[in-house]
Parts: sequence; C-alpha cells; structure tokens
Amino acid sequence: MYPKSYFYTKSHEYVKVEGKTGYIGLTHFAQDQLGDIVFAELPEIGREVKQGETFGVVESVKAVSDCYSPVSGKVVKVNEKIVDAPETLNKDPHGEGWMIAVEIADMGELKNLMTGEEYEAFPKEPH
Amino acid sequence: MKKVQPLIFELSSPGRKGYSLPALDVPDVPVESLVPKGELRQVPPDLPEVGEVDIVRHYTKLSQLNHGVDIGFYPLGSCTMKYSPKVNEQVSRLPGFAYAHPYQPEKASQGILQLMYEMEQYLAEIGGVSRVSLQPAAGAHGEYTGLLIIKAYHKKNGQKRTKVIIPDSAHGTNPASSVMAGFDIVNVKSNERGGVDLEDLTRVMSEDVAALMLTNPNTLGLFDENIHKIAEIVHAKGGLLYYDGANANAIMGWSRPADAGFDVVHFNLHKTFSTPHGGGGPGSGPVGVVEHLVPFLPVPTVDYDGKKYFLNYDHPDSIGKVKGYYGNFGVVVKAYTYVRALGPDGLKKASEDAVLNANYIMRNILEYYDLPYNRHCKHEFVAAPFRIMKATGVKTLDIAKRLLDHGVHPPTVYFPLIVHEALMIEPTETESKESLDYFIDALNSIAKEAYENPEIAKTAPHDTVVGRLDESGAVRKFNPRWRREA
Amino acid sequence: MKYTPHTDADRKAMLQSIGVKSVEELFADIPKEVAFTRRLAVPEAMSELELQKHLGNLAAKNADATSHVCFLGGGTYDHFIPAVVDHVISRSEFYTAYTPYQPEVSQAVLQTIYEYQTLICELTGMDVSNASMYDGASAVAEAAIMARATTGRNKILISKSVHPEYRQTLATYNLGLEMETVEMPLKNGTTDTEAVKKLLDGKTAGVIVQSPNFFGAIETPRALVDAVHAAGALLVVIADPISLGLLEAPGNYGADIVMGEGQALGNPMSYGGPHLGFFATREKMARRMAGRIVGATVDNRGQRGFVLTLQTREQHIRREKATSNICSNEALNALAAGVYLTTLGKQGIREVAELCVKKAHYAAKKVVATGKFKLAFNAPFFKEFTVKGAFCPCKVQDELLKHNILGALDVGHWYPELANHLSFAVTEKRSKQEIDELASVLEGVQ
Repeated sequence: MYPKSYFYTKSHEYVKVEGKTGYIGLTHFAQDQLGDIVFAELPEIGREVKQGETFGVVESVKAVSDCYSPVSGKVVKVNEKIVDAPETLNKDPHGEGWMIAVEIADMGELKNLMTGEEYEAFPKEPH
Repeated sequence: MKKVQPLIFELSSPGRKGYSLPALDVPDVPVESLVPKGELRQVPPDLPEVGEVDIVRHYTKLSQLNHGVDIGFYPLGSCTMKYSPKVNEQVSRLPGFAYAHPYQPEKASQGILQLMYEMEQYLAEIGGVSRVSLQPAAGAHGEYTGLLIIKAYHKKNGQKRTKVIIPDSAHGTNPASSVMAGFDIVNVKSNERGGVDLEDLTRVMSEDVAALMLTNPNTLGLFDENIHKIAEIVHAKGGLLYYDGANANAIMGWSRPADAGFDVVHFNLHKTFSTPHGGGGPGSGPVGVVEHLVPFLPVPTVDYDGKKYFLNYDHPDSIGKVKGYYGNFGVVVKAYTYVRALGPDGLKKASEDAVLNANYIMRNILEYYDLPYNRHCKHEFVAAPFRIMKATGVKTLDIAKRLLDHGVHPPTVYFPLIVHEALMIEPTETESKESLDYFIDALNSIAKEAYENPEIAKTAPHDTVVGRLDESGAVRKFNPRWRREA
Repeated sequence: MKYTPHTDADRKAMLQSIGVKSVEELFADIPKEVAFTRRLAVPEAMSELELQKHLGNLAAKNADATSHVCFLGGGTYDHFIPAVVDHVISRSEFYTAYTPYQPEVSQAVLQTIYEYQTLICELTGMDVSNASMYDGASAVAEAAIMARATTGRNKILISKSVHPEYRQTLATYNLGLEMETVEMPLKNGTTDTEAVKKLLDGKTAGVIVQSPNFFGAIETPRALVDAVHAAGALLVVIADPISLGLLEAPGNYGADIVMGEGQALGNPMSYGGPHLGFFATREKMARRMAGRIVGATVDNRGQRGFVLTLQTREQHIRREKATSNICSNEALNALAAGVYLTTLGKQGIREVAELCVKKAHYAAKKVVATGKFKLAFNAPFFKEFTVKGAFCPCKVQDELLKHNILGALDVGHWYPELANHLSFAVTEKRSKQEIDELASVLEGVQ
C-alpha cells in the first residue's frame, strides 16, 4: 500500500525524494480519515518550511487538518492540480496528489522519518 | 404535497410590482441636480419584480419546508429550543417599543429604560452578580465582552496575563472568543465523572492565566461537583472565572454561578429566556459581573436617580462599546415578559422540569444506546450508539437523518468533541410526556431497525422534501448567489 | 403563567421511570456550598392579561414614530415597512427554527438566506455576502479582522466621518485584536482624500470610509481605490443600503468589502436593536469572510437544495482558528430585509431612494429658509443633512418634542469641534406637511 521508497511522518505525511527535491503529500490513511477533501491551503513558492512545522491546511466539509512538513527546505513547486481539483488528494494521494515540492536543506533529516516498511507497520488510530 | 420551491428571482417578470408608495408631494427636481452625476448608479440592481400574491405564496410555501419548535420536538443539545410564548411576540410589537428611535430624548423613553433597568436586575439576581449589561447581541458576543472586561481588569491591576483555560468539552465559541480577545488557549482535561480534572487544572493554572472559561453544567449536561474547589484554584493565583450561560436552563433558582465563584457571567436570552431563535438569530447575550468588575462594563449603563431612568456614559474604566446603541432591545422585551410571566417559582420549575425531562429520556433509551457518563444529568445529556455501530455500521449521522423521517429534529450531533459519535439531547421543559415518549420510541425503533435493516438508516432521510445534500459539492462548486443566465 | 405542561401524575410517572423518589435527587450533585436555597427575588408571576397591561403601560411611556414625527437618523431610520414583511417573519416555521444544521428540514431558512445573499450582492455589486452580522458597528470590526487576515498587516485607517459608535466599537474590539487604528481627517464634512493618500503605507491592512457618512454627506470612495490598492490594502466602504437604489454600488467601482447597517431594509427601529449588519465581498476573499454562508447544491435525488457551506471558517469547526467567534447572528432580521427588497424590487428601491433624496433636499431648503440655520457642509447629501445654528441642540430638541417631533440629532455630542450642529434625516415617510411643520417649529426657536 505504501511506497517503500518514500519516507513518512507520524502525522501521516510522506516525502518522495528525487535527487535534492522532496515531493510532499498526505498518505492514503490521512486522506481516508479526512473524507472528501474540498480545499487545500498551500504555501507560495519561496516559502521556507521546517521539519515538523505546518506548511499548509487541508479541509473536508466538516474538518480541518494541519499538514506538517517531513523535511526542512524551500518550496520550489506547488501542485496546481490540488488547487483546482482538491479531490486529487483522495484519488491518488501517493502519486498525482503531491502537494508541494521542497528543495531539501538537510538530507540528514530523513533519518528522523519512518521508512516505507516502518510506516506500513505503524499503528494508525482513527481520530 | 411539499415540493422544492423556485427562487424568487425565477418568479420575477419585468414590470410586476409588489409595493405601493405615495406620489412625491414636494416639488420635483431631477436627481442629477441633487447628486453629482458621477455618483449615480449606472445599472439598477437586479432585484426581483413580483406581485404581492406571488411574494406571499413564495414565502408561505417555502416556510412549510422547515421544522421549528412550533411544529415539533427540537431537542438540539446546547441550544435550549424551548417554546416561545406568543404574548412575548405581541408586546414586542407595541409601537412604544418597536418604533422608538435609540437617540430620542431619554425623558420620552422612560418606559424603555425602566424595562432595561428591571431586566438587568432580574438577571443579576438569577446569576448572583452585581450588575448586568444588556449590550451584547448574542452569546458569543457576550463571551467576547466578558473576556475584554477580564483583560481590562488585569491591565488596571498592572498585570499582563496572556492565557485563558478552556476545557476540552467547550463549545467552539469559547476558544474563538478567547483568541479574538488576544489570549492564548490552554486546555484542561475532564475527569472520569465528566467534570474538570482538578489535578490537571492545578498543573495548568498560573499567574499568567487571566481566566478559566466554564459552562456549568457542561456540554455533557453534568454539574461539576468540584465547582467551588475549581474557583479556589483559579482565584488563588489571581485568575477570574467566566461562566458561559448557555446551559443556565438547568440551574435557575437551584444554583447561581456567582455564588459558586464565577466573576463574569453571560446569559443567552434566546436559549434560557425563551426568545425565538429566528433561524439563527437575533439573540441577546447580556453579561453580568461581580462588584470589582463593574467599572469595566460597556457604556452606557442604565441608571436610576430616584426619579428618572437615564443612560450613563460616565464610566472612565469602561471597555467602551461592543455594538451600536444599547443592545437587542426588541429581544430583551420578550425575555423580560417571560421572566414576569414565570416569577420566582416558575423559573425554578422550568429548570426542574428541564432536568426531569432529560433524565426521563436518558433512562429510557439505555437498551440500545450507550452513556459515556452514567450519572444523573441536568437539562441535557450525551449518548452514543457504540453497540449499534459495531454490529450494524449505522452511525450517529444516520440515526439523525432517520429521525427526520419520524418528524422530529435530530439532537446535536458530533459535539462535544470528547465523545466519539456524540448525540447531545436537550428536550427542555416545555415538552409534554407524550412528546418525550414519542421521541424515545423513535430512537428505540430506529435502533431496532438498524439491526434488522441497516440500509434504511444509512440512506435516510426518505420522507423529507430533499434527501441528503452534497455538502462537498457545495464547497467545491461554490455557489453563494443566484445569477441571471446571460 | 407557565409553559411547562406536566401534571403531578406525569411527574410521578416520570420519576418512577427514572428510578428516583423526588426531583431533588436529580439536583443532589450540586454541592451544598453552592446550592441556592431561598426564592429568587424577582416579581411574582403574572397572568397573560396582567402581562399585556403591564407591558402596555411601559410602552405607553415612550415617544415613538407612530405618536411623533421622526426626523432622527444617525444610523437608524424611520423607513416604510410593507405589511408583507411582518406577515412573513411571523410564520412559525421561520421564527421558531434555529441554525439550519440539518438542511433536509431547513430548506426554507436556507433558501431565504441564499435569496438574501443574492439581493445584498446585487445591491452592493459584490460576489458573495454572508447571512448577517449583529449590526453595522460590529461589522466594521469584522471588516478590520478580515483586512488583517487577507493582507497580513495590522493597521487600519478609518475616516472621522464614520459613525462615532462604529469607531468606538472598533476601538473596543482592538482591546482584544490589538490592531493599530489611525483616524483619517475631514475636509468640509467628508474624508480628506489627499490626506488619506499620504497616510497609506506598507503597514496598512484596510481603509474604512462611510458614504453617505454620519453627517449625511455623500463621499467619493472611488477616488481612493487606486491609491489603496497600490499600497496593497483593502478598501472597505460602509454604505446605506437604501442609497444603493440611486447611488453607484461600491463593488462596481472597486471596493473590496461593502458593509453597513441594514436596519433600514424592512426592520423596525426598536430602540437600537435587533438590527442587521450586512457584509459582502469578492469571491476570491470568501474564505476570509466571517459569518454563515449558504450555498446551492444538489441532493441524492438530483434536486436543487441549499446548505451551509465553507463551514470550516466557523467557530464550531475551526474553534480558536476561526475567522470570528460569531454563531447566532440576525437571521430573522435578514429575512425581513430579504422580504423588503423582494417586495420593493428593482423599481421600488429606486423609487424609495428618489423620494428620500428629494424630500431631504426640500427639507434642507425649508430649514435654511427659516434664517436660523445654515448647511454645515458644502458636500452633496442623500437623506440626511447637518446644519449649524446658534442654539444648543437640547433646546431645539425640547421645542420639537413639544410639537411631537423627534429630530435635531446633536452632532456636537460626538464632535466637540462641531458645537451647535444638528442633523435631520428625511425618509420617504415624511410628508410635505410634516416637513413644513418641522420648519415652522424651527423658525420659532428662540
């Protein structure tokens, strides 16, 4: 279910590393918990984000959820598809549903995250 | 047969008129000679053009699609949907109230000022406080006013306190009001009895805390047995206690918040004091304070010098004004009439029967529904369908929708947040035993039906004019106004 | 008079069912330290007849616009209310309903709010309106909050000609919001546009002006649009909704928020409340706007229906991060406004506005012709105007009151530099006879 090569946070975000760029999104579990996502508030390009701090917000009809960044760095891309069609986050969370791309400041931070296998086994409590 | 109705714009036809105004009786001059041409409207607003008959039919047919307290049971927890007496509606429309201008001379407004003065006294007596302001327009507005009073008090004492403690069971307006007042929020946990956890409170209470905001009984409908100890803990470190009066219907004549240690109290006249809810207002949220906070109340206060009533602006420490004029006077008239109608015994009886009714329902649905806190409740209680969910997959949302088919309004759902799949039920005292029995039967039969045929509840409602509505679509395809097709 | 239906037999049966002997057992968890053991010291209960008499007596002690001729303004006006309005808002389904959290049985409330939102948008030239706020004064504070949230800045410029109670309310809200407020100066009774352009800077979140303003003068907010936007701030225009039947809608000349007091739309004066704050903005800023919003959608049978939407802005979901703490608003007053605007319609709102402006100008001429008063400002006006005389306003008010006239609002009470300035409001309700009588009484003031 969860791509092995990605890295994961305890708050159910992932980062897909491609060279020095990290593509950040929500895991399948996260979008399932939220229900139909109707809106995503994303940062502008150039914003600095830090590991563990919020970079944006997603909304379903009845709930709001902060999104925490898996890595520190500078936002270099924002997925416009999410802005126009937020349901993409539900349909393809690990693929087309990436939210932002970040130029990773410190690759060493990845060791603070879970691997694909570890996240697969990580207990996922419904809230 | 009830049907979905067209929008009034869809009934419009150019040239139709639903109004009549007298002809101009002063000399006519072109508007361009009175107002600069550049300021005149280029394109008239596209308001409807409909005759009076069609206007009346539109609203009448539309109204029949709505539930209200006058139609049936409305057990919305936390909202106190009690019956609104019709004499209140009648007197509020007396011209001497409805057509008075807020800036007209005080000597020509003595009846109005007397009513306000007396109402303030009645609320002060019910809450146990020293003085009351009728200015806030709603409960949340009262909260905000109360928090500003608390902030001003600490400032006057040379203290800058930045935090407000709020229990995890609190209504959303509490943290929202606190942030608007410039405070940070600290959560305090609830204990297994559903009250404030004293240990946790002691841990989070500090000299940086301006106030603790509480509703008592809380949103679980439970009276906090430690309320006086809570007050001691907060006062000992110089903090103040704020009482959210949304649940005051449980305690009128039985307990007074200020006697329990609260310093600031707000009441919801549209809840406890029977004024109608209006589909979302107007309400009124008077705020009352103990003696040492009186100087900070909004201006003007309504005073009496032995001979006449007057508006007093001479309060140098006042926080100022939280809205224009003096408050929702038209709502206050109805609440005043209600207090005069009930008198001391009637008010106490109202709370007594509100509590009786809630406990009666609670005890009679235990076969199917679960109680997170198994103790006598006050005017409302929280239940959840844990066993039903586990066995059938039918959730609180489905039960609520299925209740619509039984002709009753569902209880508050998914609040408070500390109970998963919460159903918050508040019958109020104005329901008859038959009405309560009907509701109990409806809840129990829905549960039974869930075990036999869960799909019915999952796809409910079936007998309402519209079925489940696409709320995600309403956000994604945001459509907040009608537009004429080009 | 009581509204609790239970008989002793009912109570007995219910107590038995609960399993307690007396109702006191249900209150036993109230600690004795905080139990209230005496009778509430409020007056004894009255029967309905006695209530009608008592309230009738209190009402009779007040002047009102049916016993007196009202020329008072200052944000609250004696406008004509068609009979249909009270008839509609008296329907039980409208006034005994609550917030439409269960939309399937609330389509009347939801659809009428959607219609109201549309009417306000049409009037103001905007894309989205909320379902109402408490009143014009508190709506100004909400506009300041919205300007801050949208721009990320903390300073508000507000004109001195904005209603003094609105400015005072903003100041009180700022005890909590801690925004910086700068008052914009006046020139000849209206906002000094050139001075404002000099005050604008990179810290300005919003610029708030009112037109017609507290003195009744028509301002020119459009002259500020470019400068305000160039500075990256929002232009907020407080408008008189009746005037929008005649004057250009601020949305059509570039305002970002249009708001104000909606009492004039079908709501009685009611000694200052309940009134109605209307509030509208552009679609791209909808998420920053406080207050309930109703949206159109479809149900699972393919029918059009209405629901509360963008609820995640609101306190019941967003809690401490909500756009505002507002919960109950002025829904029934908004319904009255919707019925009013529907009843007057496209032609009627223009007709009312024309009657107001023409009668007000006739009245101003007559008042000045007494020789005792001069127009205070050179600015054009709509339905309200300010004059300066040699008398203290209380004297004029007393003289008017003797003739059953309410008028001569004491402007100097709020603007000490404008001593002996009075204002009069003239709506479509004022007949030529009433206006002539006003002038005649004023002529006699010594």
